[in-house]
Parts: sequence; structure tokens; C-alpha cells
Amino acid sequence: MPRKTYIAAIREALAEEMRRDARVFLIGEDVRIGVFAGTRGLHAEFGDRRVIDTPISELAVAGAGVGAAATGLRPVVDLMFGTFLYLAFDQIANQAGAMRYMFGGQTTLPLVYMVQNGTGSSAGHHHSQSVHPFFMNMPLIKVVMPSTPYDVKGLLKAAIRDDNPVVFLNHLALGGQRGEVPDEEYLVPLGEAAIRRPGSDVTICAAGLMVHHALKAAQLLAAEGVEAEVIDLRTLKPWDEAAVLASVRKTRRFVAVDESAPVCGAASEWAATVAEQAFADLKAPVRRVSGKPVPIPFSPVLEKAAIPSVAEIVVAARHCCTQ
Amino acid sequence: MSAPAPSFATILDIYTRMLKIRRFEEQVGQLFAQGQLPGFVHLYIGEEAVAAGVCAALRDDDYIVSTHRGHGHVLAKGGDMRRMMAELFGKATGYCKGKGGSMHIADFAIGMLGACGIVGGGIPVAVGAALSAWYRGSDQVAVSFFGDGAANEGSFHESLNLASTMRLPAIFVCENNQYGEFTPAHRAMNIRDIAGRAAGYGIPGVIVDGTDALAVYTASAVAVARARAGQGPTLIEARTHRRSGHAEGEQAFLAGQEYRSAEELAAMRAGDPLARLHRTIVAGALIPDAQLEELDQTISQAVAEAVAFARQSPEPALESLYEDTWV
Ligand SMILES: Cc1ncc(C[n+]2csc(CCOP(=O)(O)OP(=O)(O)O)c2C)c(N)n1
Ligand SMILES: [Mg+2]
Repeated sequence: MPRKTYIAAIREALAEEMRRDARVFLIGEDVRIGVFAGTRGLHAEFGDRRVIDTPISELAVAGAGVGAAATGLRPVVDLMFGTFLYLAFDQIANQAGAMRYMFGGQTTLPLVYMVQNGTGSSAGHHHSQSVHPFFMNMPLIKVVMPSTPYDVKGLLKAAIRDDNPVVFLNHLALGGQRGEVPDEEYLVPLGEAAIRRPGSDVTICAAGLMVHHALKAAQLLAAEGVEAEVIDLRTLKPWDEAAVLASVRKTRRFVAVDESAPVCGAASEWAATVAEQAFADLKAPVRRVSGKPVPIPFSPVLEKAAIPSVAEIVVAARHCCTQ
Repeated sequence: MSAPAPSFATILDIYTRMLKIRRFEEQVGQLFAQGQLPGFVHLYIGEEAVAAGVCAALRDDDYIVSTHRGHGHVLAKGGDMRRMMAELFGKATGYCKGKGGSMHIADFAIGMLGACGIVGGGIPVAVGAALSAWYRGSDQVAVSFFGDGAANEGSFHESLNLASTMRLPAIFVCENNQYGEFTPAHRAMNIRDIAGRAAGYGIPGVIVDGTDALAVYTASAVAVARARAGQGPTLIEARTHRRSGHAEGEQAFLAGQEYRSAEELAAMRAGDPLARLHRTIVAGALIPDAQLEELDQTISQAVAEAVAFARQSPEPALESLYEDTWV
């Protein structure tokens, strides 16, 4: 199978879906040039009408996505960094996330907001936050967070074909990562987790960059005789509770790893669900490994310390296994 | 309201501020190219006349709020090169203890209320500082610097209107370098004069040649006098250009994609604001060439010392991750 970068996989997904469906178009700041290169080259093929560079006006662009989706188009809105979603927040929370319901089912909103989420560029707080929990908390918004080139392509294609608003969070630190990506058409359905490493002693649940941290932790744990099962959620909402619960019923221990801050973070949601649904199966209390409750610092040393480390995951899993 | 022509001392002061910015930024560009600086760096080379001209018209106790391209604003307001450089290196001795970086330098002691990684994010903060001055009955003013691109954010429009309705001592300085990242301003707005937007909020809008430091100074002095006199805000559009890329290292990242023509780049170099003021000073025989040369050496020396200081400084301690949270 050909090996491609995560960014190249994004580009392929966009190009394929734009070829397939004339209603799909791309809109955002500098999407022609492609700030993260995921949209690069598309303007040459699809032209001004379908690859639209906008002024720096996130709120208007996000809202224009809503209006276009409500009237028959399928916009992909590129807002660059996850933190810039904050400027679009009103349109996503009050319109995209509610319109269909609020108006009694009169419309669908096939709409994708695509950004780069998380740390990895040492650019300080305004470019490095993990914003996904805010959107997980909005009832009608789907939230996707791929960890591999294969998944980013398949999930993005599925998100574009989905009739609901999707916040699609590529990880800032994964853009250059290479992996197998077939040339043939495929989709990765939203809402399905993947077991990245089977194991019998403890379930580690993560998404995005944290999947890679969890896999490294699992290797270290294996050297100690602990076999961790690593689950990559891939979609944060709706999330694959069944896969996680099945794994926990087998391993009977659960560690939730997420880059965002602990209060109301993604890990809290997973941990609460496991505690609620699989309490009787657990041999140890569930554990969360979250980002630290601080703004993201610039210094690379501090930035690294602000998100979960491989060592912290190892400690949490080990702690579960000694109970 | 008109302002007197700048005195010789003022001209030299403005030139000194500009030269500090130029030498500092040249050094930062080199360090970035050598892979010594983390994160993103947006240089102010070519735009020095704006920060220097505006800040020379301010008092020490006036406020400024800056942008992602903020090194020039900090230096023009009187910031310390050593603490700036240390911050760019992410060191504990930096202005923000290594937690801010290039896009988040602040020095509250000199009224520099912070650079900002969110385009347009600083504009309302400056309005708040102006509100505070008004509330406290002080005659301080607050300046917000921002780009042409930022003038398309809601925060710009809301801020102008709020400041206008409250007649706040705010000065909005739009650094129109004709690009927001790689998109030329003419594709992001259907007007040529951003200053024209002032009319929509009932405040004066002034266009000034942003490569002419003395013109910037004069326009700023007028706006400052107006603000101090309780007559409300002004929008100043300074037409300028950035000679550097949007961010350092963009060549590699653009991978051959061009967004500015060779002629455009050549015209920018020809319109260099620093060389222009240098010519003015020399032509007016205001100061001997040798003395300007000496000034340059002193500044270059200070930049070198700042780099040495930054290099020798310690990384932030891990415990500092949790410091400066709740008081
Ligand atoms: C809210 C927000 N949107 C987008 C960006 C990405 N971005 C960083 S700088 C920039 C261009 C800003 O243009 P302008 O305001 O003209 O300032 P200049 O860079 O030209 O000084 C953009 C789009 C950002 N940092 N913040
Ligand atoms: Mg600009």
C-alpha cells in the first residue's frame, strides 16, 4: 500500500469528495495557498467558485457555512487553528448546533469545520489549545479526531458525506506523519473506534496525538509484563461506547487519556461512562490522564509538560494494575 | 487640530527606536533560520516607522496593545531587548517567564499590554484600557496596533463603535501592509482606504504614509491630542509594507508558491523607511554620519548582548507550569 503523509491524505479526501459531489466546496483563509498544505493545489483543479479564500472573518465564514448548508450545499469550512473556532463559536453553538432541532427538523446541515487542534508548534496559548470538549458539549455537533493518515482520509470523506455539522480536528503535531493510505476509495465511518493494540490487562482509551503516546506507553508497560489494550476512538462524538465497554469487560481496568484540561474534558466523559456502565467489572478505579489545567505555555519544555506524557500514562496504567 | 513639526530631538528619538527594531529583527530572523527559536516568528522589518512614529507621540504612561507581529511595538514603547530575546528563546528570564513567546510579549510596567496571536484580539483590550483611563479621570490614551487583515474581523468594527459612542481616548492604528498572510488586501476588502471605515463609526479616519516616520508621528500627535482632550478616538491607516515573509521560514513552507512579485519586493526595498529617515537626517545636516554610525554600533552591541543573555538564561523550571494561575 502506498505511504502518504497525514496532510497528503487530507488533500486526497478533499479532492475526491469535490470531484464526486459538485455541492462540496472549500472556504477559509488562504485555502488556495494552504496554510497547512491540506488544501494546497485544490484551487488549480476546482477554481475560484469551489475554493474560496476569505477575509479574516471567522464568525461570518462559519455562519456562511451554516446558511450554505441549509440551502443545499455541503461546505467544508477551514478555520486553520482550533483556537480560531472560538471566534466562530456563536455560529457553531447557536446556529449549526441547534438549527435543525430548533426549527422542528426543517433542514439538514451537511457542514464540516476543519481545524488543527492541540499542541505541537510551540506557538503559545493562542495557537495550541485542545478545544474539542467545547464542541463535544454541543448536542448536535459531531466531533472527529483522527490519529493516522489512513483514518484522516477515510473520516474526512465520511464527515463530508454526513448530513450533520461536524467539527473535524486534525492534530497539529501529526501533519508530517506517514502511513499507509490506499489509492482506492474507502470511508472510515464516524462513530467507530479502532483497537490499535490488543491487550488483556488494562484498557487505554485515547484519540489524536494521545493514541501515539498511549502506544508508546503500552510498549513500556509490556516490558513490565502489563498488556495494555489501546483504543483509538477516532470519533469523539458520537463515540464508540460499545467498543470501550467491551474492552473494559475484558481487561477490567480503564485509563482515559486526553490532551485537554481535566475539568469537563474528554477523558472525564469516557471515565464517567465506564464507571457508570461497567462498575461491577472494574478491578480498580478508573483513571484519567489529562492536560494540565493551565493555559498552554510557549516554552517547549513547559508545553510538553502541559499535556499528558508517556510516563504519566505508564504510571496511571501501572497504578490500576497493582490494585 | 494640528501638531508642531517634530523637533530635532524627536527625529533622533524616532530614528533610534526604528534602528533598534531593525537590528533586533534582523538578528531574530537569523536565529530563526538557524533553528534556534521555537514557534512562529513574524518580523516587523519594513514597518518600523509606524511603531516608532506612534510611540514617539505617546507618554510613558500611555498604553499600547499589539499583534502577532509585535516585537517592533514593544521596542518602540521602550521594551528591554534582553528580556524580549529571552522570551523568544522561551527562557525563564523572559518578559513572560517563557510562557508567552514571540506572539505574547508584554511589559505592563511601560504600558505595553501585550502582543496577541489572535488577529484582531487586541483591539477590544485597547478599548478597555482607554475606558479605564476615562473612568479614572486620567488623561492617558490607549493605542491598538493591528493589520489590514484584522480590519475585517468583527472585533475591529465593534471596538470602533464602542470607543466612538463612549468618546474614549483610543487610537486605532491600522498597519496596512497590504497582505493578510498570503492574501492581498484587495482580495479581502472592496475598498482601498481602510481609513474610510472610520466614517461608519463617526470618528476621524486618517491615511498616512507609513514609511514616513515623521508623517506617522505628526498624525499620531494629532490623534493623541484629540484623545487627551476628550474628543474621542481616531483611526489612523498607515500604508506600509512588510519586507519579510508573513512568518519566518515561509519559503520552505510555501514550496515554490509565489504570492508577491519580484517588482513588488524591489519596490518595498526601495521604499525602506529606515533609509528614508536616515536620508532626512543626513540631508538636513541634523547629525554627522559618524554619529549615526556610532548609534548603530551601540544598538548592534545591545542586540548581541541580548542574545548572549538569552542563551545563558535557564529554561523555566517545571514547577513554574503551575505558577501565575489564580492569585
Ligand atoms: C483570529 C485569527 N484568524 C487567523 C489567524 C491566522 N493569521 C495569523 S496572522 C494573519 C494575517 C494577519 O494579517 P494582518 O492583520 O494584515 O497583519 P499582518 O500579518 O499583515 O501584520 C492570519 C490570518 C489568527 N492568528 N487569528
Ligand atoms: Mg497585513
